[in-house]
Amino acid sequence: MTFVKKVTKNQLFLPLFSMVLVMLVNIIYDVANGNAIFNFFTISINNGILYGRLIDILNRGSEAAILALGMTLVVSASAGTDISVGSVMSLAGGVCCVLLAGFGNVNVNEYAIPLWLGVLAGILVACLCGAFNGFLVAGLKIQPMVATLILFSAGRAIGLLLCNSNIVYINVESFKFFGGYCWIFPTPILITVLCIAVTALVLKFTALGTYVQAVGINKEAARISGYKSAAIIFICYVVCGLFAGIAGITATSRIYSADTNNIGLNLEMDAILAVALGGNSLGGGKFRLSGSIIGAYTIQAITTTLYALGVSSAQAPVFKAVIVILIVTIQSPAVKAYFAKRAAVKNAMMTAGREAQA
Amino acid sequence: MIHAKPAVKEKKRMNSNTILLLLTIGLFVVMYAAGCIAYADKGFTKLQTFLDILKNNAGLICVTCGMTAVMITGGIDISVGALIAMECMFLAVGVESWGLPAQLLIPLMLVIGVVFGIIQGYCVGYLGIQPFIVTMAGMFFARGMTAVISTQQVSITSSSLMTQLSTMKFNMPFEIGAYLNKKGKLMVPNVSIYVIIAILVLIATFLILRYTRFGRSLYAVGGNQQSAALMGLDVRRTRFSAHIFCSVLTSIGAICYVLNTMCGTTRQALGLEMDAISSAVIGGTLLTGGVGNVFGSFFGVLINGTISSLVKTNGKLSSSWPNVVTALLLCFFIVLQAIFAKVKARRS
Repeated sequence: MTFVKKVTKNQLFLPLFSMVLVMLVNIIYDVANGNAIFNFFTISINNGILYGRLIDILNRGSEAAILALGMTLVVSASAGTDISVGSVMSLAGGVCCVLLAGFGNVNVNEYAIPLWLGVLAGILVACLCGAFNGFLVAGLKIQPMVATLILFSAGRAIGLLLCNSNIVYINVESFKFFGGYCWIFPTPILITVLCIAVTALVLKFTALGTYVQAVGINKEAARISGYKSAAIIFICYVVCGLFAGIAGITATSRIYSADTNNIGLNLEMDAILAVALGGNSLGGGKFRLSGSIIGAYTIQAITTTLYALGVSSAQAPVFKAVIVILIVTIQSPAVKAYFAKRAAVKNAMMTAGREAQA
Repeated sequence: MIHAKPAVKEKKRMNSNTILLLLTIGLFVVMYAAGCIAYADKGFTKLQTFLDILKNNAGLICVTCGMTAVMITGGIDISVGALIAMECMFLAVGVESWGLPAQLLIPLMLVIGVVFGIIQGYCVGYLGIQPFIVTMAGMFFARGMTAVISTQQVSITSSSLMTQLSTMKFNMPFEIGAYLNKKGKLMVPNVSIYVIIAILVLIATFLILRYTRFGRSLYAVGGNQQSAALMGLDVRRTRFSAHIFCSVLTSIGAICYVLNTMCGTTRQALGLEMDAISSAVIGGTLLTGGVGNVFGSFFGVLINGTISSLVKTNGKLSSSWPNVVTALLLCFFIVLQAIFAKVKARRS
């Protein structure tokens, strides 16, 4: 009983449980279709690159996982969500491609400026966007959702203006690298691993994580205790912008073009969902990075599984919605209070029974 | 003497909100006047242009009224655009494929709205889940259901009632703003029936928010939940009913919307929720709750509509300009609100 309780009380229980559930569905589906039982887990090397459904999930879920890192910090520090990340992704990709192609060109076979400069510019613009959001939230104390609503609608539109409403193609092999393959591994997976490692190390070896949590739990108390609350919230938004930029470059490189209309579309929702699914409270405060990352891949696993089951991409949101509602209902204060009450009654009855026996 | 002090304070608080509202109205007037001067040759000065802005935004006006009510309680509803898409698709497929009469389907759309509102309101009000997450799930659900009903673009052609309602025109009384066209025929500016529906919804919402117990309790709950609860208001029920109110107005908005477009597609009303929120914010509604006015929101919609109309009249500008300009305005008003709040905090 206590062991079960310990396991279910753990923050990572829910995301891991959902992940296992998704895998079970996949196994059942494979068996029903007469495939090998562990078809889902098979990883092979075809044409010199890793191949398998698991790899596909890891690869496709990269952008959401990278965004979830920044989003976790933002949610934890400011008790609000950054809904502009999808738009910022598209803007970063747009800036990068327009610079690389040269302003006004639509389809190029060579760079106008060096690759690293274009990528750096894209990421820098994304950081600036994050700084803008951070200034509004931390400096002017505007609600995060409203503050980020500005870039949510403007970011994509500015990207479209830069690209002149065209899709800018960059037909150069080295540009395809970030969304392509590095030796046998898909590069997005490696980029994600790098982002996760850096963030985890920074949180482990500096006090940033503690600062963020302190500010998120009580901004005023943290300020009085000597933390610079506003500066910490600002940093979180800049980091969120940085990760949005990295995700944007990755997504752009996948299709080696700046499809400003579609890059990062609705991805902010996935990132927020990943944070919630990872057991982090959207009300700020304590957070666990691992939860958000597992959450992000769980969402991708659900999406991939739904596609495998023959659900069209337009219809998949229905299932996503049902899953979201189930998860947040389980986590809601009302339901938690109900179960706590039931447990208390049970405990009281057990003690009463023991006393009666004695 | 004791009474005098709070009275002065109350007046000051009213002032900063009134300034914002006046600024919104002033901005609209300036923008429209600038349009009239710049595009006088393209017919921007005609009354019909203004009525067309109303016509294109009739659905948005209804939705913004509902959104304002939810935002006054301190909540938010981002499912409205998807709900409109789902209901339009329901009506379109119902008429075209299932052969049901529109007389039956239109009340059913309202029923769908009520049920949608009850589920979302229950999650927000009684289960205590964040409104953003609940309505995000609602948005996913409604957008997905639209695709489940049909993934094609379905035009409404076979319902005579719908065609009649859609083409029904009401001329301006006393031929206000009438002009002679090139052939010498007298053209009287007209509005469609859904513009009248939207205006009625606007007036009704204004009266409900101002004079009914429900409307007053929305402000009380948004201003401060704890004091509202201590006053004896049922906070949970108020938030519950605010979401139902919003979903019903969204359904009425969906009727206006479908009468204007006469079709159902999966991409219908994409991003409408953000238009509604930005209109409400430009109109002076605070997302923290407790402050808001539907007439401000109405002018917010008009400003949005005027920007789109100006860009359309110009004809050369990219279609992303309205988004950029709206975002700039949103930024301007939000920063202004923040500055007012800071000044107020310093004074007290």
